[in-house]
Formats: sequence, structure tokens, C-alpha cells
Amino acid sequence: MVTFKIDGQKVTVRKLSTILDAARKLDIPIPTLCHHPALSPFGGCRLCIVEIKGSPKPVTSCTTFARDGMEVKTSSPQLENMRKMTLELLLSDHPTDCMVCERAGDCKLQELAYFYGIKENRFIGERRTYDKKDGNPFIARDMEKCILCGQCVRICDEIQGVGAIDFAYRGLKTKICPPFDKDLNCEFCGQCVAICPTGALTGKMWKQKGRQNFTKIDTICPYCGCGCNITLHVRRNEVMRVSSKPETLNEGWLCPKGRFGYQFISSPDRLTKPLIRTISKEYSASDTWNIPPYPPLAKGGRRGGSDIFREVSWDEAFDYIAERLRDIREKSGPDAIAGLASARCTNEENYLFQKFMRAVIGTNNIDHCARY
Amino acid sequence: MDKEIVIKVCTGTGGVASGGEKVLSAFQDAIAATGIEATFYEKCTTKKVGCRGFCSKDVLVDILINGEKTTYKHVKVDMVPRIFDEHIVKGNPVAEWTVEDDYYTFHEKQQKVVLSHCGEIDPEDIDAYIAVGGYEAARKAILSMSPEEIVDAVKKSNLRGRGGAGFPTGLKWELGLRIRSDIKFVICNGDEGDPGAFMDRSVMEGDPHSVIEGMIICAKATGSRRGYIYVRAEYPLAVKRLQLAIDMCHKQKFLGKKIFGSDFDFDLSIFQGAGAFVCGEATALMRSIEGKRGMPSPKMWRSAEKGLWDKPTVLNNVETFANIPRIILKGASWYRNLGTERSGGTKVFSITGKVKNTGLVEVPLGVSLRHIIYDIGGGIEGDKTFKAIQTGGPSGGCIPAEHLDIEVDYESLAQVGSIMGSGGMVVLDETSCMVNTAKFFLEFTQEESCGKCTPCRIGTKRMLEILGRITRGKGRDGDIELLEELGRYIRAASLCGLGMTAPNPVLSTLRYFRHEYEAHIKEKRCPAAVCRDLITYTIHEEICKGCGACKKVCPADAIRGTRKTPHKIDQSLCVKCGTCFDACKFKSIMKA
Ligand SMILES: Cc1cc2nc3c(=O)[nH]c(=O)nc-3n(C[C@H](O)[C@H](O)[C@H](O)COP(=O)(O)O)c2cc1C
Ligand code: SF4
Ligand code: SF4
Ligand code: SF4
Ligand code: FES
Repeated sequence: MVTFKIDGQKVTVRKLSTILDAARKLDIPIPTLCHHPALSPFGGCRLCIVEIKGSPKPVTSCTTFARDGMEVKTSSPQLENMRKMTLELLLSDHPTDCMVCERAGDCKLQELAYFYGIKENRFIGERRTYDKKDGNPFIARDMEKCILCGQCVRICDEIQGVGAIDFAYRGLKTKICPPFDKDLNCEFCGQCVAICPTGALTGKMWKQKGRQNFTKIDTICPYCGCGCNITLHVRRNEVMRVSSKPETLNEGWLCPKGRFGYQFISSPDRLTKPLIRTISKEYSASDTWNIPPYPPLAKGGRRGGSDIFREVSWDEAFDYIAERLRDIREKSGPDAIAGLASARCTNEENYLFQKFMRAVIGTNNIDHCARY
Repeated sequence: MDKEIVIKVCTGTGGVASGGEKVLSAFQDAIAATGIEATFYEKCTTKKVGCRGFCSKDVLVDILINGEKTTYKHVKVDMVPRIFDEHIVKGNPVAEWTVEDDYYTFHEKQQKVVLSHCGEIDPEDIDAYIAVGGYEAARKAILSMSPEEIVDAVKKSNLRGRGGAGFPTGLKWELGLRIRSDIKFVICNGDEGDPGAFMDRSVMEGDPHSVIEGMIICAKATGSRRGYIYVRAEYPLAVKRLQLAIDMCHKQKFLGKKIFGSDFDFDLSIFQGAGAFVCGEATALMRSIEGKRGMPSPKMWRSAEKGLWDKPTVLNNVETFANIPRIILKGASWYRNLGTERSGGTKVFSITGKVKNTGLVEVPLGVSLRHIIYDIGGGIEGDKTFKAIQTGGPSGGCIPAEHLDIEVDYESLAQVGSIMGSGGMVVLDETSCMVNTAKFFLEFTQEESCGKCTPCRIGTKRMLEILGRITRGKGRDGDIELLEELGRYIRAASLCGLGMTAPNPVLSTLRYFRHEYEAHIKEKRCPAAVCRDLITYTIHEEICKGCGACKKVCPADAIRGTRKTPHKIDQSLCVKCGTCFDACKFKSIMKA
């Protein structure tokens, strides 16, 4: 254990804790832009500087281990001036785009600029400009807004194990991009989007769907057996975004399905009435493997009325199911029946389905992509 | 009577560029053609040697007849037959082609330790190195010294890192020895990214074995079994000669398993860097070897604790390693006494710019800048007035005449606002504009910034933009203060040495040549008449003979006048190219 003082307060932390760790423990605010507790130390933004008594230069608290007897100051006119300078410089190479930016209100850069009251900038000069072209349907990159905090690079490498992006070029032109500045072609897990402190990386499907004032509903992702915690951002009964909280079982990390696979919920293609399959005469029972491909969807996505599916009432559908299941069970026993459910049903529906199969039908032949 | 004739031809990069290889084969052909060996019972051999630092006189050729040396400068292939015929066959040196006094004073005033073999022995021949005592130090260290004894000797020698920061090498090795680990690395930093610097290149090309020997001794001192030499791929000759040297060492069992017959294993390989300035920074260099982007990491651990692949690593500069065999053989106190109290030994500098003799010089630490510029460099070219000397590579500061007598070492250079750096020195005279000079150096560092941290990535760019507008006559009130504030901030807040030192050229010129900045900003005038936008060319009516030479060459058609009457420049058309200035035979065009 190491004992030292921050702003006059004594604190004891574990060995190899950084000054920043200790300050967070004491709830002393130190501004940061590139630090993330789950990623390797970086030391790029230089906002978290603090003064150590006896040291000639300020040090970055995120990359300095606490030592016994240290006396640390987290704020002083010099430190605040330097932080202001850093922010001024960052903003001098940043579009002042907040009013139309996807991240406004939830942007760390905007927040710090607000706290430090940076209205005028003494360093107006050349700015990076890039054309924004992204072929993929998930991640929108606006690298003019990137502050080079490197968190996306580290999360992609250290957490996701993919390493799809890295720093490229030098000087002011430094940029985060895939190898050879090609288009992004990765797993599209969107971890980088989740960790980006600015509007540089956003979800494509978030665009103009609103930034704040969502109802947030915590739930469990139905897609697989991991059971990640997710939070649905809902407005007017529509899911607008999915996020995950760091203090959960999955530590806030998600996969592409969990993060971006939510549009089906309000998809107009969803079935709203039961359908019963009818097979036309020419494909008789002897030829079940040769059922022709589904006809294309009618406008509006309805399948009803085709010669393969017939739209029916719920009563008719239930009667049909009950009759067929009873028939088969009587003739061939419960294990002749198997059930497959979908990850796009709610968790409650899936629970009921397996209960029905096991308790009512009496079989364990039941599966679903989240596994039972 | 038997005569022994040795012909030494410089084949350093400078020598090769001037045609050294061709000169060498011309001599070899001449020997073969005359059959001199058979007829005169003479022994005549040719040798490739490394750079001796005076590259402006390349190709340099030494002819030694029974040890008596004559040196020829600017040797071209078509000069070879005459030298061969008159000098080697008949014994009369071709006096008009030999070097003059400046060549000798240039060398006499130096003290060569690291460079003592460069230009003397054949770097591609291990026996030549062994013949001058090579690998004796390594043998001694491996067979009869304990790691502690080696560390002790290096500590006592007062050797400090020649890569720039001047960290005491002995202390670094001691830490490397103390940390326990099965795997440890030794790395030689041969990146040498400073533009214009070529001291490390000269050592790697001219005396590669001394670097390898230094690394072997370091390996023994720290208990490491694996080493890397990091050389930029732009140094193909250095890579080739180092590889040749490593291969020869394997044959001699100086590298590999059970070296020198001991039970100690050590092996080396070369890693070629892609040539980024920042890859010379120790942590960036190690990331580069690991296959990652060469980007500095915060120093939470010393390299001696966690370096390459998180294993204990001792990393030193080429020149640092090349000093080691000498320290082990000649003794720590000999080396220590060469330098000052604070730093032992000698340092190699590359001196360029407006001095008469440019090239590599090696002097004991503690000599004065004046000694280097005037005694060795021969003074200012064209006998103009000295203005400043910029030391330490692109991120060093400019030192004015008033400090020419400081004793050159790490601390004294820092005191006057500059750095030792890798040892680059650029001499500036009255014709240099200090604002423009500062801008020139900052342009380099800002482009080479790895982009990781804010102060260096954006801050240096903003400084450069401010300097740009000052030199264009668009400077504003408050720009000087803004530059100072930014400079101090970048120095204090940057992550690595590149950013920390990048503002030096600006801050030091602001300190010593503030009036030049003020002249640019307030009077829109460049005192040295360098900044294009601030110069006006005018024709002095009384001197002008009306010859029309200026009018003929002006690309903008800006000069008016009829023959035999004074001409005039139309300032609204003048593009300030200076062509007329050079064309006027009567010096009637003023530049101010
Ligand atoms: C931007 C930058 C570039 C550097 N380039 C070199 C270099 O080219 N060669 C070198 O030996 N050291 C270079 N250094 C210094 C190294 O980081 C390191 O301090 C040195 O190699 C250690 O060896 P030494 O103790 O023998 O000097 C550089 C440092 C910085 C910050
Ligand atoms: S990234 Fe942040 S600061 Fe930048 S435009 Fe968006 S909200 Fe504003
Ligand atoms: S894209 Fe976002 S996370 Fe990545 S470096 Fe830029 S600001 Fe940081
Ligand atoms: S100071 Fe410059 S070179 Fe060094 S880490 Fe920062 S941006 Fe990179
Ligand atoms: S948070 Fe410490 S440098 Fe960015």
C-alpha cells in the first residue's frame, strides 16, 4: 500500500495505483480525455497534469504511479492555464459543429470546453479536412472531430482483439484509420463508437434520431447465451440506440448484434397476423423438398394472400397448432416434436416457450440461439 | 629494396557518393596492369576505409609508402593514372592534388577516440579490427571480469549517453544488472534521424566492430543474451557492413553460443527502421521492433525494468557503445580525464553551415564552441561575421557570440537554452535570419511529431503558423508573447523529448535575437534580408550605368529604363526573386 497526499487529503491506495486512480477514489475531479480504466495507459491528451512537490515539471496523473509521501496538487493557476491551452489547441483543430453533432450533450470535449469557458480561440489555423465516406451500415466516422485520444485503437486491440485501426500519418495530419487508409472493414462491434469521447465515431443508425431525453430501459440482450446487460434508449415506443453500462457483468462491452441489431423491433416487415402454410397442388407431399422459393414480399411487407401462406385468425391458428401437436404426440410420442425459438422474441416469450415444450408437450427437444 | 605501399580510399557514404568505389577499382586495375608486385618486389595493397569526417574533400585517398603518408583530395578516376605513375611508380607525389594545411589543422585539433579507426582500417575486414586491438576488451570482459566490475568501470569513466539526453551509462547498466529476469535485451540505437547528422552512420560504416564489441560487453555486464541494432533502412551501407561484421563474429565465435570459449551466449541481429525521426526515441524504437507503430509511450517504467516486450532492456546510442571497448582497455580514469568533471570522454559533432571546414569532428567534452568553430572549423566562410551556432539537431537552440566560450557539455548547453542532442552543429552568419531559422527547424519537428499528444501535434503547428505570418510581414502585436507562452507550454506538457525540445529554436532565438522578431513584426523588415515578403530591391541611381542586364533577366518584366540611363524597379510587379540582384555587375541593386 502507498500513502500520500492529494490536495492536502491523505489517501492510501494499492501499490502501482496511479495518481489519477487515487484522485478518483477521493472524488477529486481531474479532467481527462484519453484515459480509460479498462485500457492501457496512454498519456496523450495531457489534460490530467498535476503538480508534485519537488518536481520541476507537471506530470500526467494517468501515467504516474503514486509513491509514498508524495504531495500532489491537482489544481493551480499554472495547471489550469495549461489545461486551457490544451483545450484551446484541440478546439482549434475541430469543427464547431456542436449544434448538429450526434454527440452534443454527451461529448467530453464539449463538456470541458464548457467548464473552461473557451469561447474565443487564439490559435485559429489550419484544420484537418477529410471526406467522409464509409461503406458500412453501422459506423459513421467523422475524423475531423477526432481528438486522437487513441481509445478506439486500444479498445479494438486490447478488448476486442481485432486491431482493425491504428494511428497513421504524422504531425497535424495524424489520423486513426484502417491499414492504408482503406475503408473500415472489421467486425463492426462498435466498441470504438461506444468509447469515443467525441462525435468522431457514431452509429449510422443514430443519425437524427435524437440525442437526449430518451427513456432508458435496462434489459438483457436476447441474442446469445452470454446475456449481456443492455440499455435501450427509447422514445415514443421506438428503440433509438442500445448501450451497455460498464458496471455490468459484461463490463459494458457488446457485440455488433447487441449494439446495432435492434431495428427489427420496429421493422415494418414484422408479421402482425398468423399465417398458415398452404402448399399448392403441383408440389405434393411427396415433393416437400422442392418447395419453390418464397415469393417476394408484397409492398408493405405483407405475406398474406400468397399461394403459400394464408392469413388466418388467431383462433384458427391456435386450433390448428393444437390439433397437429396432439396428433403427432399421440401417434409418435412427445419426442417426435422439437421446438426452435428465435432470439428476436422477448426473453419472457422464450421462457414460456421452453416451459410449454417441457411441461406441456413433454420433450427436451428445444433450442434457440441463446441456448436453453 | 622492398617497398610497402598501401592505398587507402574513403568508402564512407560521402566517399561512395563522390565515386570512391570507382576510384578504388581504378587503383586496383592500375596495380594489376603494371604488375607492380612482381616486377618491383613491392607489396602494394588497397584498402577501403570509412569516413574521416572531411566529406567536402572526398574522395580522399591516402598513399602510404613505407608508412609515409600523402593524402589526395577530390580524387577522380581520371586522376588515378597520373597519381599512380608519378607517385607510386616514380616516387614523386603529385603536389597540386594533395590536401592543404586546413586538412591537417582540421584533424590535429581533434582528439579521436571513437573515430580513431574510421578512415584507417578496412571496416569489412575483422582481422583489420583485431590487428588494432579489436575484441580484446570483449575477451577480457567475458573471460576475466564480473558484471559488477564492468559496470563499475563504466560508472567510473563518467561516460554519458551520446544519444542526446546524457544519462550516465554506468547507472543505466547497473539498473539493468540489478533487475532479475531470464530474458533481457541490449539495443543499440542507430536510428540517427536528425537531418544532417552522420556521426553514428560514420561509426557504423567505418568501424562497425567497435559497436558490436561494446554491445557484447554490455551483454556481459547486464546478463543479456539477445541484442538488436536498430538502423534506419536509409543507411544501406551501415546495414551491409554491420551484417558483414556480425557474420564474421559468428565465424570467430565472438557472437553466438559460448562466446570466446566461455559459457556465455550472446547473439545480435539488425532491425531496419523505416526512418521516422521519432523512432529514435527509446520507447518508440522498442515499439517499432515489436512491430507496432513507432510511438513514444509514457515512462511509467524504466526501460531497464520493462523495455522491449516488457523485458528488462538496456538501450544505448551507437557512439556510447563504441566508447566502451576503449574504456575497458585503456581504463576508466583515462577516459574520465579526457572530459570535464561532469562528463567524461570525447564527443563527435557534425559541424555544418557557414564554416570553412564542414564535417565530423571529435573533441574532448569541455572544449569551447569557439575552439570548434574557429580552430577546427577554420572560421566563418567568406570571412563574414558569426551570428549564432545552433546545436543539438533540429530541436536545439541557437547560441549567440556572447556564449562562444562556454565549455561544451550537457549542462552548459542547457544553461544557454540549447541541448547537446546528438551533436549536430549548424553555424549561422550575418546573412541568416533568426526568425526564418527558427521556422526552418520547427518545420521539421512539427512534421515528424508522432501526433500522439496535443501540445506537440497541434501546438507546434500553431507556433509554425505564427512564425510563418511573422516572416510574411503579417505578424501581430502580441505574437512574441504568444510564441513564448506556447513554447513554454509545449516544453512542459509534451509526452516525449521531441515535443519537449521542439520549441528550443524559437525560445532561444526569442531570448537572444528578440530584436529581429520585433523588426519583422513592427517595422515589417527582415534585418538579414532573407524573408522574401519583407525585402525590397531598389536600384541605386548613382551607381547604375544603364546597361540593362537586370532588365533582360527580370522574369516579371518589372524593370523600366532606357539604355545608359538609370533603371528603376516597379515594386508592384517585382516578385522578389533576386535575379536582377545577381545579374548586376556594378552592384547597384540594393536588397533591404
Ligand atoms: C525525438 C527523439 C529522437 C531521438 N533520436 C535518437 C537517435 O536517433 N539516436 C539515439 O541514439 N538516440 C536518440 N534519441 C535518444 C533516445 O531516446 C535515448 O535517450 C538514447 O538512445 C539512449 O542512449 P544513450 O543513453 O546511449 O544516449 C532520441 C530521442 C528523442 C526524444
Ligand atoms: S464532437 Fe463534441 S465538441 Fe465536437 S462537434 Fe461534436 S459535440 Fe461538439
Ligand atoms: S475516433 Fe474517438 S476514440 Fe478514436 S481517437 Fe478519435 S476521439 Fe478518440
Ligand atoms: S511529444 Fe510529439 S512525438 Fe512525442 S509523443 Fe507527443 S506527439 Fe508524439
Ligand atoms: S488522461 Fe492523462 S494524458 Fe489524457
